[in-house]
Amino acid sequence: MATQSRRLPEPAGLLIDRSTPVSFSFEGSCYSGFAGDTIASALVANGVTTLSRSFKLHRPRGVLSMCGHDANSLVQIGPRPNALADKVLITDGMAARGQNYFGSLKSDKAALLGLLGRFMPAGFYYKAFHTPKILWPFWEKVIRRVAGLGEVDLSHHHEYYDKEYLFADVCVVGGGPAGMAAALKAAESGAEVVLVDDMDALGGSLNYARFDVKGEVAAKARAKFVAEVEAQPNIRVMTRTMCNGWFFDNWLPLVGDRRLHKLRAKALVVATGTIDQHVVFHNNDLPGVMMASAAQRLIRLYGVRPGTRAVVVTTNGDGYGAALDLLDAGVDVACVVDLRAEPATDERYEAVLQKAHIPIFSNSAVREAIPLPGNKGVRAVDVARVVGDGQLAAQSDRFECDLVAMAGGYNPFAALVYQAGGQLSYDEDAAMFGIAGLPEHLFAAGSVDGAFHLDAVNESGRIAGWAAAKDVGFEAGRKPAGRAKKGTAEQNIAWPMFPHPKAKEFIDFDEDLQIKDIVNTIAEGFDHIELQKRFSTVGMGPSQGRHSLLPSVRINARENGRNVDETGVTTQRSPISQITISHLAGRIFDPVRVTPMHHRHLDLGARMMTAGVWMRPEYYGTPGNRADSILREVNSVRENVGVIDVSTLGSLVIQGPDAAEFLERVYTFAYKKQPLGRARYVLMTDQSGVITDDGVACRLHDDHFYVTATTSGADAVYRTMLWFNAQWRLKVNVINATASYAAVNIGGPNARKVMEKIDSDINLSSEAFPYMGVREGRLGDIPATIMRIGFVGELGYEIHVPSAQGEALWDALFEAGAEFGIMPFGIEAQRLLRLEKGHIIISQDTDGLTTPHEADMAWALSRKKPFFVGERSIDIQTARGLGRKLIGFELVDPQATVPLEAHLTLRGNEIVGRLTSVGRSPTLDKVIGLGYVAPDQAEVGTEFDIKVAHGEIVKGRVAKLPFYDPDGERQEL
Amino acid sequence: MKILTCPLNGPRNISEFVYGGEVVDMPDPNRCSTDEWADYVFLENNTAGVVREWWYHAPTAYWFIAERDTVSEEVIRTYDAGTVFKERVEFSKPEPSADSDAPKKD
Repeated sequence: MATQSRRLPEPAGLLIDRSTPVSFSFEGSCYSGFAGDTIASALVANGVTTLSRSFKLHRPRGVLSMCGHDANSLVQIGPRPNALADKVLITDGMAARGQNYFGSLKSDKAALLGLLGRFMPAGFYYKAFHTPKILWPFWEKVIRRVAGLGEVDLSHHHEYYDKEYLFADVCVVGGGPAGMAAALKAAESGAEVVLVDDMDALGGSLNYARFDVKGEVAAKARAKFVAEVEAQPNIRVMTRTMCNGWFFDNWLPLVGDRRLHKLRAKALVVATGTIDQHVVFHNNDLPGVMMASAAQRLIRLYGVRPGTRAVVVTTNGDGYGAALDLLDAGVDVACVVDLRAEPATDERYEAVLQKAHIPIFSNSAVREAIPLPGNKGVRAVDVARVVGDGQLAAQSDRFECDLVAMAGGYNPFAALVYQAGGQLSYDEDAAMFGIAGLPEHLFAAGSVDGAFHLDAVNESGRIAGWAAAKDVGFEAGRKPAGRAKKGTAEQNIAWPMFPHPKAKEFIDFDEDLQIKDIVNTIAEGFDHIELQKRFSTVGMGPSQGRHSLLPSVRINARENGRNVDETGVTTQRSPISQITISHLAGRIFDPVRVTPMHHRHLDLGARMMTAGVWMRPEYYGTPGNRADSILREVNSVRENVGVIDVSTLGSLVIQGPDAAEFLERVYTFAYKKQPLGRARYVLMTDQSGVITDDGVACRLHDDHFYVTATTSGADAVYRTMLWFNAQWRLKVNVINATASYAAVNIGGPNARKVMEKIDSDINLSSEAFPYMGVREGRLGDIPATIMRIGFVGELGYEIHVPSAQGEALWDALFEAGAEFGIMPFGIEAQRLLRLEKGHIIISQDTDGLTTPHEADMAWALSRKKPFFVGERSIDIQTARGLGRKLIGFELVDPQATVPLEAHLTLRGNEIVGRLTSVGRSPTLDKVIGLGYVAPDQAEVGTEFDIKVAHGEIVKGRVAKLPFYDPDGERQEL
Repeated sequence: MKILTCPLNGPRNISEFVYGGEVVDMPDPNRCSTDEWADYVFLENNTAGVVREWWYHAPTAYWFIAERDTVSEEVIRTYDAGTVFKERVEFSKPEPSADSDAPKKD
């Protein structure tokens, strides 16, 4: 086999570099190509024309669009599934293979499914497979194997992908003549322009189309435009970049090779062109049947001969341009089949007719393509006269060929316009959708806006660029002229679809949908365009309706007796083109906050964990001795002295003449009469009476409180406070000082002894500084606010210092505590210590519905004030009666299976609640916990059922809280 | 990503803001009926049209009001809460009455 047997001689091949050969493999066979070749172009150059197997019927498929518009070209490259073979460039050593086959791409055992096509009409899976029910597990396994295209390699590691923000005055999407003209015009006036194109080079249709007999106009225009764009410093060109959607206020995702750019453009010009449309006839999906422009791209961009002998099927003058290109490339053109009744004559038509002496059949169509064995390619086509919409005369002529080049018309690639809220309407005369309305700051140019003649394209580009620059506020001068004829009505015909008794006239290549599939979908009652889409899956494949939208909408309109404009199209959404999840994930960058004492924890061997956005010590030790470490830390607090970093707690400064009034409204308790130098519990409920946060309020002055909040609730508490005062207009300032303070809790019978060793102006004796007292002063030379509160239930001090002094405080405590063997303790030890005291943790022991009475917090509700947030709701619920109660419990049988948090609590067969906290108390040497039971089970001593794993029932017994030191003597030492 | 114009900070990405619900007058919790209170706490109008709503610029801790068309997504204007909330709000409990015919809350 000669390598690259279909490569054309120089100078053909705008994008390839013949001096750099590249070797790659496909389906295990080695091939060579050139740098700049895509996988598809290199394969065709080597005579390989089958790229994939279709999704449902496993029919061989080959090049269709040659520009990434179709799913025929999806291949697997190593770990990367669903790569577009007509977009991905070959690199040395690349190993690609086909997808969706059993056996090999060449001989796919599942091709048998193609014979069963009759039994798999659109939506067949809704009716098959579910009876008899016992067969479903079997079918499920089969479907999972058969469905899908590429394969995901679960061991593949996430590679480097990144995101970047960009800003532009004007973004132009589409680097063809219209886009380049718009970019140049906008940049002229001083605007910063970003010009985006998804192909490898600027030029758009100028790179492959033939507008004139000599075939020179496009290349000349391209050279001129590209030179001007490159010389314009205000234009940033981004090729190989896809604008994948439109989001509010011109927020545009520009997807490049390894980078996702998030561009904010003040004005957007959509110059995305049109999508070539196919003609619908029997076997129109065989390898060798492709868009005429695909054949031209192969010739001009890659220097590849698309076939040996061609038939051109066309609805416009561009088919004739393709015919001329094919002839120049040495391809025989057997005939041109023109679907129009009276082809408009242009010079290209004349050249084909007169100079090439090729038969042109007008008012004709292809009845069917005759396949090679195994449907591996085209052998010939049958051509017949059109006698009505979709109807052909009985007589046909057969033409041998291996290439069918379809110029079936155009559909505007208006996805961005749709997503931005623009409107399109269908022009019956032109048989084409056109833009009917554009939202603000969005402009359209070129064939997406109906301009097809090159002069009109250039003009519309200039006008759009001018309008965009003006919209942003640049001095853009006079509006450019727009007089050239657009040629909109010369491109499409109304009904290029020809049903065949053997069907296989494909509307949607991705989903293997034929004409009858759409007709039957509507007959089944799925007549609305959106229902038609979901039932038949038309337009839901990787090409997202690029080729199937027009035919399916036209059929829907006719079957429903409406016109296409009334029928409309299905809602267009991002992403417009496939995107890898790696792009969306980006760098995988997880910011965390660390406390001022972070390095001290690391030095002490802490095992860090994320608590919300914070890094906090879980325990100090190694995973191998986790349980022992936590035990040691708990014992050290109960018997000696321990220190925990609580810098993550919220610190709010509430200050002003209405400070106490404000606290009384946002919290449930009373504060107006709180003495100076005292701390008082705060409990916050929302308007529905549900507990949302708690903490401690320290009254430092009449008008000045220092209030703590939970770590995860601090920001929301602050935000809520500000919201209320935006309405109440009280004289109070609320300051979120969380980041300004570092804080520790030192607890244990020796806590005071350690504190007294530090030079201080604060009298730490139990008479001078009682439980729930607050003192301000200094420890060493560190300014400190110190409170005696009892979360863990031992003599202890919570010390708040400026965050810059956090490490100094930590060091001072550890130095003073050295002689006592002071130990740090982490979150896990703290959770056990507080559990022994029966203290709740918000959002662990409370949920989105817990009210104060349920959690035995009625003591924290003050009824002597006019109002607090949530009071009314609490009263209403109390009047109704409780549905559940949070209680403390122990196990009836100490040796029973230890239940876990979230295991259910039962009353008979009824689920009444769940366990919220469970732990083995080292101090009491038994399993204890908190959980919800029914109100009539809440009395101390009541036994209740807990459902643990595997349906086992364990008995719990309601216990009196707190479990440890019930009189609170130890914390009040 | 939408741009929202903060009255204090100017146009910023919507990701910098927290939505705060519709601007609604709170009924007097000490005097209104249970139905009125439940309506206030749990129900929203879900209007198709222009609504007045609370927005919070998180980086600068600033609450303000926006008028937004929920159908077109257009934000018509944004302004400081003080434009609407000018007076100090007071709460009071109704005087306890010995009269057994006194109106009940529920």
